Amino acid sequence: MRLYALAVYLFLYIPIGIIALFSFNAGRYAAQLQGFSTKWYGIALNNPFVVDALHTSAVVAATSSTLATIFGTLAALALPSVRGPLRTIIDALIYIAVMVPGIVIGIATLIALVTVFGWLNPLLVALWPFAEAAPQLSMGYGSLVAAHGLFAIALVIIIVRARIAGMDRSLIEASDDLGATPWGTFRQVTLPQIFPGMLAGFLLSFTFSFDDFIIAFFVAGSKTTLPIYVFSSIRRGVTPEINAIGTMVLAVSLGLLVIAQFILQRGRRPTT
Amino acid sequence: MQARHRTALFLLPAGAWFVTMLVLPLVVVLVFSFGERGEAGGYSPAFVLDNYFNLPARWTAFQNTLTLAPVGTLACLLIAYPLAYFLAVRASEKWRTLLLVLVIVPFWTSILIRSYAWIFILGGQGIPALISAMGLGDIKLINTPFAVLTGIVYGYLPLMVFPIYVSLERLDKRLLEASADLGSPPWRSFLQVTLPLSMPGVATGCMLVFILLMGEFLIPAILGGGKVFFVGNALVDLFLQSRNWAFGSAVAVALVVIMLVTVTAYMRLTSRWAGGRDDLSLM
Repeated sequence: MRLYALAVYLFLYIPIGIIALFSFNAGRYAAQLQGFSTKWYGIALNNPFVVDALHTSAVVAATSSTLATIFGTLAALALPSVRGPLRTIIDALIYIAVMVPGIVIGIATLIALVTVFGWLNPLLVALWPFAEAAPQLSMGYGSLVAAHGLFAIALVIIIVRARIAGMDRSLIEASDDLGATPWGTFRQVTLPQIFPGMLAGFLLSFTFSFDDFIIAFFVAGSKTTLPIYVFSSIRRGVTPEINAIGTMVLAVSLGLLVIAQFILQRGRRPTT
Repeated sequence: MQARHRTALFLLPAGAWFVTMLVLPLVVVLVFSFGERGEAGGYSPAFVLDNYFNLPARWTAFQNTLTLAPVGTLACLLIAYPLAYFLAVRASEKWRTLLLVLVIVPFWTSILIRSYAWIFILGGQGIPALISAMGLGDIKLINTPFAVLTGIVYGYLPLMVFPIYVSLERLDKRLLEASADLGSPPWRSFLQVTLPLSMPGVATGCMLVFILLMGEFLIPAILGGGKVFFVGNALVDLFLQSRNWAFGSAVAVALVVIMLVTVTAYMRLTSRWAGGRDDLSLM
């Protein structure tokens, strides 16, 4: 039994380990180990395409997960007082947002936005009151943030809602009885209890956006995110540079996940 | 009255986001699926069923998806169950949380990078080179259904382990003691007590993995090398290369409909085990 578990863990971690190992390979050829070196990290981080893609990914992930944490938490706070058909619709939408394949979300967003922009752009030109050329809507940061934000909001709602459900209601009642204002109760009682959920939701949303390839592939327009860069490079063959980028990407998400997990675990125990 | 206003205000941003980024795009796909291909690609308005009649043109993609998704789900289940059992029943309290986290964490890291790792292992310089060095002949692993299946199991194993673990961990250990006291050998207790009681977890895990596999693109694209392609690969081709949005939309609608039908049928089938629990929160 133990041996079996060990074998599965090896299966899960050896491929990741191999990528990390070969990213420190001094040789040009990916498949032969020729001594330790960090030069591929230097080469990757000096490649303007990589830096640009990393910048795009970081901006999109930070923006979409911040917005999703705020809007998702607000929605999760309001949901317990929503009943009837509206509640059914909202629950169905959250479920659909999580369950519809990313590829379908990607193409649907692409064709919907391209169509809407196609209508709006001539309108913008006609109505623009200034001498300079009117701004034109196109795919890019906005569409990336909007598409990633959708999944992220659903994720934050699910996580924060679970924490609200597990919250001690009597504390809120006690706070009200003792004469606290609604805002005071929220800030001093509710917020501390749901904060771990918000933080975990933020970190998971960030990881999701930072790692997402398929949705970004459709809605990125002229922008390149890091996963898109990696995907197009893989088609040209395996290089130590990609190993270095891959190791950095894995390190970022592993770091964030360990923090998220730590917060959620701590949050589960009553802190006295 | 004030509380109602606050509720509406709190729901507004998320609601608006869902309507513009989820409801509207899905409606557009449905509308486009009845349209025609534009002169220069894209879409031109029409109301025809041609795209749906044309679906058999992409039959291979549907066939591959509908074969490898169930096979991949089953492979995940067979490998995941013993591990989940070990974690829930055999592992010591002290290590359990850490071991569980170690299973879940890979799922949240880049599937792109993790699939790429297998190009390394299954490619010409990896396992095939080892095997031919041992004098066992030449074999080809990359760009085969086997490679895609390996990638699938590697990618989705964590998603299968977690729900099974949850249902096994909740299992009342006194039931097993009772079964042993009444003279059942361990294997019989397992078959008659543990296994049936863990079925909700099995059902949830299978459904989650199956749903994600139906929409898979990356694993076949990276490890199948264009030879083993899923509906997802056909969709990328239709939208980004041949730019036939109307037909592509019909393929997407067909994919979602097949998913909905299989999942609904599956949930009906397993509803006597599954108690409708929410296992979406994976952390």
